[in-house]
Amino acid sequence: MRERVVLDLSKLPLHGLGSASVTWWGTLGFMLIEGTGFALVIAVYLYLMSLAPIWPLNAPPPALLPGTLLTVILLISVIPNVLISRWARQQDLRKVQIGMVVMSVFGIVPLIVRAFEFPALNVKWDTNAYGSIVWTLLGLHTTHILTDLVDTLVLAALMFSRHADNPRRFGDVEDNAMYWNFVVATWLPIYGCIYWLARL
Amino acid sequence: MTETIARAETLDTELDGTRLATALAQTWKTERGLWGALTTVDHKIIGRRYIVTAFVFLVLGGVLALLMRLQLAQPEARVLGPDRFNQVFTMHGANMMFLFAVPVMEAMGVYLVPLMVGTRNIAFPRLNAFSYWIFLAGGLLLWIAFALDMGPDVGWFAYVPLSGPQYAPGKRADIWAQMITFTELAALAVAVEIVVTVFKQRAPGMSLDRIPLFVWSMLVTSFVVIMAMPAIMVASTSLILDRLVGTHFFNPAEGGDVLLWQHLFWFFGHPEVYIIFLPAVGMVSTLIATFARRPIFGYLALVMALIATGILAFGLWVHHMFVTGLPRLGESFFTASSMAIAIPAGIQIFCWIATLWDGRPVFKTPLLFVIGFIVTFVIGGLTGVMVASVPFDTQVHDTYFVVAHFHYVLIGGAVFPLLGAVYYWFPKFTGRMMSERRGKWAFWLIFIGFHLTFFPMHILGLEGMPRRIYTYQPDLPWHGLNLFVSASALILAAGFLIFFIDAIISARSGNPAGDNPWDAPTLEWATSSPPPAYNFAHIPVVGSAYPLWDQPGSLNVASGLHSDRREIVITTITIAEPQARESSPQNSIWPLLTAITTTIMLIWSIFSPWAVVWGSIPVAITLIGWFWPSGTPEDEA
Repeated sequence: MRERVVLDLSKLPLHGLGSASVTWWGTLGFMLIEGTGFALVIAVYLYLMSLAPIWPLNAPPPALLPGTLLTVILLISVIPNVLISRWARQQDLRKVQIGMVVMSVFGIVPLIVRAFEFPALNVKWDTNAYGSIVWTLLGLHTTHILTDLVDTLVLAALMFSRHADNPRRFGDVEDNAMYWNFVVATWLPIYGCIYWLARL
Repeated sequence: MTETIARAETLDTELDGTRLATALAQTWKTERGLWGALTTVDHKIIGRRYIVTAFVFLVLGGVLALLMRLQLAQPEARVLGPDRFNQVFTMHGANMMFLFAVPVMEAMGVYLVPLMVGTRNIAFPRLNAFSYWIFLAGGLLLWIAFALDMGPDVGWFAYVPLSGPQYAPGKRADIWAQMITFTELAALAVAVEIVVTVFKQRAPGMSLDRIPLFVWSMLVTSFVVIMAMPAIMVASTSLILDRLVGTHFFNPAEGGDVLLWQHLFWFFGHPEVYIIFLPAVGMVSTLIATFARRPIFGYLALVMALIATGILAFGLWVHHMFVTGLPRLGESFFTASSMAIAIPAGIQIFCWIATLWDGRPVFKTPLLFVIGFIVTFVIGGLTGVMVASVPFDTQVHDTYFVVAHFHYVLIGGAVFPLLGAVYYWFPKFTGRMMSERRGKWAFWLIFIGFHLTFFPMHILGLEGMPRRIYTYQPDLPWHGLNLFVSASALILAAGFLIFFIDAIISARSGNPAGDNPWDAPTLEWATSSPPPAYNFAHIPVVGSAYPLWDQPGSLNVASGLHSDRREIVITTITIAEPQARESSPQNSIWPLLTAITTTIMLIWSIFSPWAVVWGSIPVAITLIGWFWPSGTPEDEA
């Protein structure tokens, strides 16, 4: 096959940022998978609720305090999260380093509150189907906080290493911030389900 | 870890043809030997491996089918006992769906999509390696359990309460459920890779209307995988929870519901059919254009039909549950949507016939399989319209009529095109042609053997023979046809045997193929057979949907990429304008290590919930090893 050069790409950047990055799209793909998973678990909740003569089944509704506190913390965490994303886009290493530490803290604190949230459900997973589904909802979301926290901690370590000052790393920080937004956004319908549908 | 950070320095414009090829081969190479095999991230090696493994599972599943036919050939036979028979039909179904059909289709995509869109590797190559290892582990889990008499025995859809803690003690149902986790994890990973490859790694100029139809079909399939597979993971996980830690999702006594299982299962299970069928449709469109010697008729209609099928696939699941006593209105809705899916299917069939009609068809083996597909699939589609109607379905539910129907659509609709596709792309995979003579024998034996085996099952079903029975009494009117079916199955098996013999002989000593033996129009034929590790020395630039037909003998390409860094071109989604020169990861052992730690965690969690806690620590460690940069040019920007 005779090749004829018709296009010169030598001026293109060596890494795609934002929507020109494959990782950005990959993160979106996994968010779609997990979002579908969340939606299905919520559908199971609604399905079981529609079958039950009373809801919650033989249990008092969950206590509001830990879950609501956690919601507030998650919502507040969006502010530094948006900031770190902006700093990463500007490739401002010093600010990103500070931001990564802050976001690590915002990953740990919700987990502590979450530890109080499970007992506040006022039902065990093996009590009845209602208990099973609320524990699953809460457990599923907890694994998301946990995975993002591990991701954030590793990335924070990376941002203090010799690999830090690199557009690719800043892209990773942006993608990580996007994923945290997803963790927060998916919590809101779950929070509504667990705490408010049980009070209807 | 290296102390210095290496950067890419050499551009392809600085090297002449041979030196460029040598440099790229060095940059993209997979080491020889075991280490190379375990660390490679080359989509062609992984795709080939995936395809071969899936075909091994096809053979194993086929042997199980023959065992069942041996048992059913005469009344009151004693080849398999009832317990073994339950395991065998469960293994046959689960194996064929989860270890053969879906993986082999995705594997064809893993091999072909990057070549067809003109890039050098799939997006997320390490995830691709991980996906293969996880798929292999899931397959081994199922088959080793079966060898230990622990094979699942609850049907491939594992309905509760039969598969629940009360009626399925032991670990057989858990093996099924966890095999699901493995294979779906593998499938989801490949789906994301293919979506991103098609969205962002297409050759410059390959706008949406120039994407090869097989690539379109893999893109739609991948989205269906992404939306459907979470349902089965939710289902299988909640089943394991019910069985392991005493949750009550499917226990009506504590507010759970058994039909919930069927909803979750079929919300996945029906799209699953299209996950298998849509890639086959893409193969058919590709083969028909090449062998009719003209561009496909109705490109836009075919793409729209693919997308419409992908969407409608999610509105059909309840037609598997017509006899569960759901509300009438719901059943009517799902009857309508089940019949509606015949519209995009019909559009495609008419486009294919029109292409053949107007073309100058060359009846080589691949095209024979395509024609076998059209005939068989139309029959399967007709019985599909029949069972979409509630009164009819109520009569034939759980009979051999349904067995006949779904083998017509699955084997006719997917395996025939797949075999045609193997004959078509084999020269690209191996550099050698398969034999036309053996190919024709294989086709006619498989085609005739298939119809003789499965058509009588319609009649058996109408005569009331239920599915999944391990034997029947001599006074029932079924034994003549059953014997006929079993004998015909041997013809079918002989056809497959010839196919496999042909593949093995041709891989060793087939005629050399050259770059483009079929004079086909798409980019995978613009490179050597088999392709070099880097696929294309220069990334092609595309000006039409049929680049190799529009400019015979020459290829427009782009320059300006580095030869000492694994580099690909990122383009925009719609018109494929170049955006960046992106790196593609090097070989790594970490995907294998991560797959091993994940496997340990998943299998352990069949036995103890704490496995999720302690088992996830090694998983996290291996993942960190995977993602930690190692100072290569690929890690830098």
